[in-house]
Amino acid sequence: MVEEIGTNTDGDLLINVGPQHPATHGVLHLVITLNGETIKKVEPHLGYIHRSIEKMCESLTYRQFIYVTSRMDYLSAHINNHACALCVEKGMQIEVPARAQVIRVIMDELTRIASHELWWGAMAMDIGAFTPFFHAFRERESINDIMEETCGARLTMNYMVPGGVMADLHPDFQKKVKAFISFYKTKIDEADELLTGNIIFQNRMKGVGILTKEDAISYGCTGPTARGSGVRCDIRKIYPYEIYNTLEFDEVIETGCDSLSRYLVRLKEIKQSLRIVEQLIDNIPEGDFQAKTKAVLKLPKGEFYSRVETARGELGVYIVSEGGTTPYRIKFRSPGFSNLSALDKMARGSKLGDLVAMMGTLDLVIPDIDR
Amino acid sequence: MEKEELKLKITELNTTATFDETGEWLNVTVDAKDWLPFAHQLRNDPVLVFNYLFCVTCIDWKTQLTMVYHLSSTHDRSNTVVIKINLDRNNPEIESVSSIWKTAEFHEREVYEMFGVKFLNHPDLRLLILPDGWEGKNPMLKDFDDPVNMIRL
Repeated sequence: MVEEIGTNTDGDLLINVGPQHPATHGVLHLVITLNGETIKKVEPHLGYIHRSIEKMCESLTYRQFIYVTSRMDYLSAHINNHACALCVEKGMQIEVPARAQVIRVIMDELTRIASHELWWGAMAMDIGAFTPFFHAFRERESINDIMEETCGARLTMNYMVPGGVMADLHPDFQKKVKAFISFYKTKIDEADELLTGNIIFQNRMKGVGILTKEDAISYGCTGPTARGSGVRCDIRKIYPYEIYNTLEFDEVIETGCDSLSRYLVRLKEIKQSLRIVEQLIDNIPEGDFQAKTKAVLKLPKGEFYSRVETARGELGVYIVSEGGTTPYRIKFRSPGFSNLSALDKMARGSKLGDLVAMMGTLDLVIPDIDR
Repeated sequence: MEKEELKLKITELNTTATFDETGEWLNVTVDAKDWLPFAHQLRNDPVLVFNYLFCVTCIDWKTQLTMVYHLSSTHDRSNTVVIKINLDRNNPEIESVSSIWKTAEFHEREVYEMFGVKFLNHPDLRLLILPDGWEGKNPMLKDFDDPVNMIRL
C-alpha cells in the first residue's frame, strides 16, 4: 500500500506501527495519521494471523472444533473452550455434573488470573517499567504448572469437552492451588505497591485514552475495557452460567473512562477471581467429571448462542446447525475485535507516545481479533 | 421484556415484520429496504433502547444470504432480538448501520470481504482482514474453493 508511507495531501505524516512491533503484542498493523505529534487517525490493518477458524470449523465435528478455539485467545484458552462446550451442551441439552461445573469455574478463574497477570507485566513494559514483567511471569508460571499437571498443556489446554471436562483433577491439584493462593496473596499487593501509586505511571495513565460510556456501548466494547467506562457488562453477573449465580464476587466498575480506570478494573478483578477460587477449592463435589454423551454429537436443526466472560470481555459462540455432525455456520464474536474498533476514537487528539499506553490497557490478543 | 411483549412492540414499529419464536430469542425477519429506518426506531425507541449491537454476521444458504444482527439493551439486559434480513445472493446489498452502532463499521467490513455483501453508505468499505487483491473472492461463501491453501479433513 504505497499511499501509507510519507505524507498525505494535507501535509500530515503517515506512519506504520507494526506488524512487527513490540508494543502491538503480536502482528497488528496500525497506520497512524499524525499532525506533528498529535494523532489524527488510527487505522488498524488486520489479518496477519488470520486462519479463518470459522471456515475451518465448518468441516470439523462438534467434538473436534473446540480444539481449534484454544488458538484464538491463547491467554484464555480454557474460557474459549468453555464457551464452545456450553453452546454444544445447549443444543444437545446435556446436563453437566456438579463436579465438572466447579472444576470448570476454578479453571476459568485461574486462567483469568494468569491472563491479567501477563497483561499487567506486558503493559508495564509498554510504558517503560521493566521490573513488573519479571514479577508477572513468575506468578503466571505457577498457574501454568498447575494447569500442566491436570490438563497436560500449558497454553492450549483443550480441557473442556461437551458434557464436562476431559479428565479428572490431578491428585495434587487442591494442595497446589492452595499453596498458590497463599503465595499469590502477598504478591498481588506487592504488585499494587510497585506500580499503581508510581507518579510516572499515574501521569502516563490518568486522563489518557478517554472512552465515554456511550462510546463504549456503541463500539460494542466489553470486559474490563467497558467496565473502566462504567458499563455493567460482566456476563458472569448478568447472564450467569454454570454456578456463577451461587458465588460471592463483585463486578468491578470504574467510572474514570481513562487508561487508569481500565488498569484498576483488571487489577481488582484478579482479587475477585482469587475470591472465587478460594470459595470453591475446598468444596469440589465428588462425582463424575463428565456426563455420558454419545460418541457422535448431532445438534438439532436450529441456532444456538452461548456467551462467557473471558479475560478480555464477552465471547459469543453462534452455531447454525442443519442437524448434521458439523456446524453449518459458526461465528465467534470475539471481544478483542470490538474493543480494537474503539482505539481510533480513543486515540484521536492525543500524543503518539500515549497510544502505546492505550493499546496496553485494551489488552489486545491478536489471534483473538483475526481468528 | 418477555418475547410476547417485544413482539407486540416491534409489530407497532414495522407491520411487515415476520417472527420466529423457536430459538432462545425472538427472531425478526424484515425486508432489506426497511432495515435502516427500522434500525433507527429500534435504537431510539424510549422503551426498547437497543443500544448494544453485539454480533453481526451473515449466513450463506446457497440460494440466498441472510444477514443476522444480534441486538440487546444495556438498560434492560433481558431485551434481546435477532434481526434477520434475506439478501439476493447474486447482488447482495444492504444499508450500513454504522451510523447508529459504531461497532457495525468493523463487523460490516468483515462481512463485506468474507461474503461480498455491499453495505451502502458505509464510511470506509475496504478489506479489513484479507490482504490486497482479494476483492471479489469471498472465502466464507459455500462455493468458494482454494485448492492450494484450504486444508480439509
